[in-house]
Amino acid sequence: MIEAVGLTKRYGAKTAVDDLSFQVRPGAVTGFLGPNGSGKSTTMRMILGLDSPTAGHVTIGGHPYRSLPNAPRQVGALLDAKGVHGGRTARNHLLSLAQLAGIPAARVDEVLGVVGLQDVAKRRTGGFSLGMGQRLGIAAALLGDPQVLLFDEPVNGLDPEGIHWVRNLMKMLAAEGRTVFVSSHLMSEMALTADHLIVIGRGRLLSDMSVTDFISANSADFARVRVPEDGPEDRQKLTATLIEAGGRVMSEPGGALRVTGLPLPRISDLAHGCDVRLWELSPHQASLEEAYMRLTQGLVDYRSTDDTKAGLAEPPPLDAYGYPVGGHTDVPVAPVEVPQEGWYAPPPPGPRPAPAPPAPSPAAEPSPAAEPSSAAPAGEQTSKDLR
Amino acid sequence: MTSPATPQDRRQAPEAGLLSFYESPIPIRPATLGDAIASEWTKLRSVRATVWTLGVMVALMLTLGVGTALLLAANDTNLAGEPALALGLFGVLLGSLCVITLGVLTIGSEYSTGMIRTTLTACPSRARVLAAKAIVFFSLVFVITTVTATVVAVFQTVILSGTVAASGGAWALATVGVGLYIAGLGLLSLGVGAIVRHTAGAITIMIGVVLLPLVLAPFMFADALRGVQRFLVEYSIPNQLSALYGTTMTSTGPSAWEPLLVMLGLVAVALGGAVALLNRRDV
Repeated sequence: MIEAVGLTKRYGAKTAVDDLSFQVRPGAVTGFLGPNGSGKSTTMRMILGLDSPTAGHVTIGGHPYRSLPNAPRQVGALLDAKGVHGGRTARNHLLSLAQLAGIPAARVDEVLGVVGLQDVAKRRTGGFSLGMGQRLGIAAALLGDPQVLLFDEPVNGLDPEGIHWVRNLMKMLAAEGRTVFVSSHLMSEMALTADHLIVIGRGRLLSDMSVTDFISANSADFARVRVPEDGPEDRQKLTATLIEAGGRVMSEPGGALRVTGLPLPRISDLAHGCDVRLWELSPHQASLEEAYMRLTQGLVDYRSTDDTKAGLAEPPPLDAYGYPVGGHTDVPVAPVEVPQEGWYAPPPPGPRPAPAPPAPSPAAEPSPAAEPSSAAPAGEQTSKDLR
Repeated sequence: MTSPATPQDRRQAPEAGLLSFYESPIPIRPATLGDAIASEWTKLRSVRATVWTLGVMVALMLTLGVGTALLLAANDTNLAGEPALALGLFGVLLGSLCVITLGVLTIGSEYSTGMIRTTLTACPSRARVLAAKAIVFFSLVFVITTVTATVVAVFQTVILSGTVAASGGAWALATVGVGLYIAGLGLLSLGVGAIVRHTAGAITIMIGVVLLPLVLAPFMFADALRGVQRFLVEYSIPNQLSALYGTTMTSTGPSAWEPLLVMLGLVAVALGGAVALLNRRDV
């Protein structure tokens, strides 16, 4: 059990972790998500007593890490796959760690076998690929057969077989009753691995809930309801009933209704109750990735932009009269602004310390011809209604 | 909560319908300083830097020490009154630069590779890690330097058989004393490396500490600076090392075993500061 209370870390004026409180329970894989620079690694280092918090505290099983009895036998961690001396062999690296923790040397060969590095155990780690480095780091974390495991980006650089292996390993470790805390920014991976999610952005806690709750709370989960086209009054009647029952109803360009806040069977019952026939009643669920993007979109520190190469491109060759060759005498056409990534509707209103998301650029407006089922118009529609 | 939470929570687990805590079948025993020493020995012997730096030092001491003796013997130089052991100084002086490098690398490579985080996760006690490093490094350098210095001294005495016989005390100083002094210099480098956390920076500082006093001193022409000049010369590391061989640049200043006390003080300050900083600082 890892417990953080009011954990805060400041570096000068920059607050890396801001009043973070959470618990990581045994018997489940807890995913730790956040954009780059959101404070995941700083939090991990504070859990391990490597950085001391500016305020607040974090304990493992009730003790701060540095006063934990037999710390390496209770906690294993993979922080940085490159954190090994390149001139040392894999076996000697693990042997030195085992000796430091008072673990029998036989355990070294055991974990080398577990991670599949026994054939390269006598090779220097400097020649290892990132994936092999990750395996070596996982071996080091497993060395003490600990009760609590921390992994910082464990699947970086792993091949598909390795990713599959790590996924099963995490689940197996959790099923044995261990506490498994995994940071990652690979949403698809977390969706398959984690049972519980802790999401942070700019060092603050954004969400602490199970994966399924997280998706339904932060995504545009909705039901599409279509009524026969010959009855506009049926449509209005159903809309009124649904709103009365506590649902939120939006109208789609194709004539369908988008309903949130009501489970599908309830919508069906309500329609039946007010005597409206349905042509379609279908569930639409967003992926974890979309839910995550929606939650963190305003909190991304490092956002990529278009590479316009402005001012570096050579000017077009001029003809004898000083005009560009080719007859185009007008000024160069300004490039059309295209957003780098899809814009997602803001998360549902609630007590959340997220700043307002940036206003969508005009270029992000969906074209009228776009299908209503595509992701971008869906977000647009929702946000319009919320306004 | 002062006692480990495990037993209590395990009792609660079935009621809560949760899985019980995992307990390792491998018997748990508390790690000790002995474990840390074994670990540091594994680290030190398993990198090439150790073999290279100490190998170069041994080669320098042997070739320069024996070579100088052979050269003097070939020229029939009269060394009357001069102890033959003192010829070992040149090799030791150059070899000390290798020891400085290895001392800094012992801790600096952990910082440059990021290994220090893994190390301090496996052993949260900073003092224990640093003590183990210091003990292992000091022992290794002491043994190698003492053995090499002894071999060189024996060769020199045999080659230059006509010189005055050195006393037992002089022999002890030129072998064990030199070994202790060079190993102490290495520890000082290790302490500086732990404080600076940057290999190149720490090596530069240490080379400056060894060489700069003797570079600065000759240029202090003003009378007011005489005292400073004398201090720099007498307490410069090459001169103190030379004092262990019974030859110094000045008649005053540390002699016999005194340089070792000076080095002991420096090492205590550097390592004490390093432990205090490691305990306080973020890794």
